[in-house]
Amino acid sequence: MEVRVERLVKRFGKVTALAGVTQTFAAGALTAVVGPSGCGKTTLLRVLAGFVRPDEGRVWMDGRDVTGVAPQARGCALVFQNYALWPHMTVFENIAFGLRLRRLSTREIEKRVREALALVELDRVPGIEGRRPRELSGGQQQRVALARAIAVRPRLLLLDEPLSNLDAKVRHRVRVEIRALQRRIGITTVYVTHDQEEALSIADTLVVMEGGRVVQAGRPEEVYARPEDPFVAEFLGSTNVLSGRVAADGRIDEGGEGRLLFRAEDVILVAEGALPAGDFVWARGEVVDCLFLGSVYRAYVRVAGTVVMADLRERAPKGPVVVAVPRRRVMEFPGRDLGTVA
Amino acid sequence: MKRTGALWSATLRAAVAAFVLFAVAGPLLSLVLWSVAERWYWPAPLPQQIGAKYWFRMLQGGPLRALLRGVEIAGVTTVLALVLALPVSYLAARRRLPAGPAVLTLFVLPQAFPQLPVFASATVLFYRWNLAGTVPGVILIHLVGGLVYAVWTLTAAFRAIGPELEEAAVNLGASGTRTFFQVALPLALPGVAASAILVFLYSLDEFNGTLLVGAPYVTTLPVYMYTASLGYELQVASVTALVLMVPGMVLLVLLERFLRAEYLAFFGRL
Repeated sequence: MEVRVERLVKRFGKVTALAGVTQTFAAGALTAVVGPSGCGKTTLLRVLAGFVRPDEGRVWMDGRDVTGVAPQARGCALVFQNYALWPHMTVFENIAFGLRLRRLSTREIEKRVREALALVELDRVPGIEGRRPRELSGGQQQRVALARAIAVRPRLLLLDEPLSNLDAKVRHRVRVEIRALQRRIGITTVYVTHDQEEALSIADTLVVMEGGRVVQAGRPEEVYARPEDPFVAEFLGSTNVLSGRVAADGRIDEGGEGRLLFRAEDVILVAEGALPAGDFVWARGEVVDCLFLGSVYRAYVRVAGTVVMADLRERAPKGPVVVAVPRRRVMEFPGRDLGTVA
Repeated sequence: MKRTGALWSATLRAAVAAFVLFAVAGPLLSLVLWSVAERWYWPAPLPQQIGAKYWFRMLQGGPLRALLRGVEIAGVTTVLALVLALPVSYLAARRRLPAGPAVLTLFVLPQAFPQLPVFASATVLFYRWNLAGTVPGVILIHLVGGLVYAVWTLTAAFRAIGPELEEAAVNLGASGTRTFFQVALPLALPGVAASAILVFLYSLDEFNGTLLVGAPYVTTLPVYMYTASLGYELQVASVTALVLMVPGMVLLVLLERFLRAEYLAFFGRL
């Protein structure tokens, strides 16, 4: 099902949660909506689910205007951040709830519950149907919530920060599983998260939101490599910001107006006068610290008033150094740094 | 020096313990003593004749009838209060009640004024409506207080349920009514039980309103106890008091299981 929202506006008192959002969610694709907390991504999801009625704008599903349609009649299933499993019902009853509403036969319900449990790979846990949510681990609860949503065969699957309550190991595994599941059943999915790595890795289309607006949308690789907006450049990846502009010889002139943004993985450290051949942008600095992150070493280099992060294969000794970035990896934006990097 | 300090603190603790024991157990003990005293004239320190005569009288006559009448009234009051309070509380908790805070305030209003004038003026009305001295009249007056407990505990119970639990049901296609009966109500059951116990106990022990509205035809146990002690029948009053304590203690133990701190923390907050 193709979903399209047009010029959505939603205000809560004085707070504007959505300030004119227009976006198409392609049929059968997984669209990840990412942004810092308060950017309006959850409100957007609740507008799609029908829980929030927008002040302005329209919601279209397969060409039909559903803006005023009740949440019960939208054919979409929402997976809540805290799962919202009903504690007084067993796993079976939780998953069967939506199926019973559809007046399916008992046999059909049992079949579909088993199918849903198999899809989320819980069918190997013996006796899980009879357990209550509080007897399950966080990862299992997450899967039951997912099973409950897909059991009704929704035309649109909405996920609200589905992994934020899981610990890192489980989070990575379930992320891969959600992606595989979505591919297998080919369901149009909107996935809301504040975790940029999660969004980049899982999405067919990445939508970056800030301040109630969509600032950029596109394929994850594209958005990461060619941010159209300094916010996007800073938000995605480990991004350095230097105020200044590039002089004729490639040196960064810190006096000038403008912002230079580049990612930690694109930075190399060389000795004074030992710049490799090629078009580089560079500045003098001093390594103040170097941390081992597992896959890389992260050096912290003081350049004028700021600290630049550089991800390296080897440990960098403390002391004076030249920071260099290939020119095509440097994103230049007008205006001075506003100090928005967290 | 140190030893004297320890001695002092031990003495002090013993004294406090003795006082607490006296304050709590003293009146109870005196009630028990009076309930079995068949003959006890001044200045004898203990009853001259001990027996279960008054306990037997309790089981045969007036007090038992008063107890049953009280249980009947409390039962009906509880059911009515819950039926009336459930929809109001649910809507107030979900902020879907028009002028919700005002309605909630309305339910505490009778408690804000001194009880006696409220009941007295109610009695005047009840005489006009031929409700004075009738069981329905007493039930109505009990509902005034009972609804306060019911509405506030139930509102707290519903508010303690995460709204997303209901949204999940609506999202899967459930109507508002179905969501209430299959999600909200089952999850609020501990609160409903707590609320029922509070209302039942309130009604069973209610005295002022029952006396004013019910007299002289409707006699519950508290009223019976009052009349008995007025007639200097201290034995009868003691037996009644002890019997009246039993449902209270049993239900309070149950209440402990159902009443969560958050229900009380919410009390009186709009």
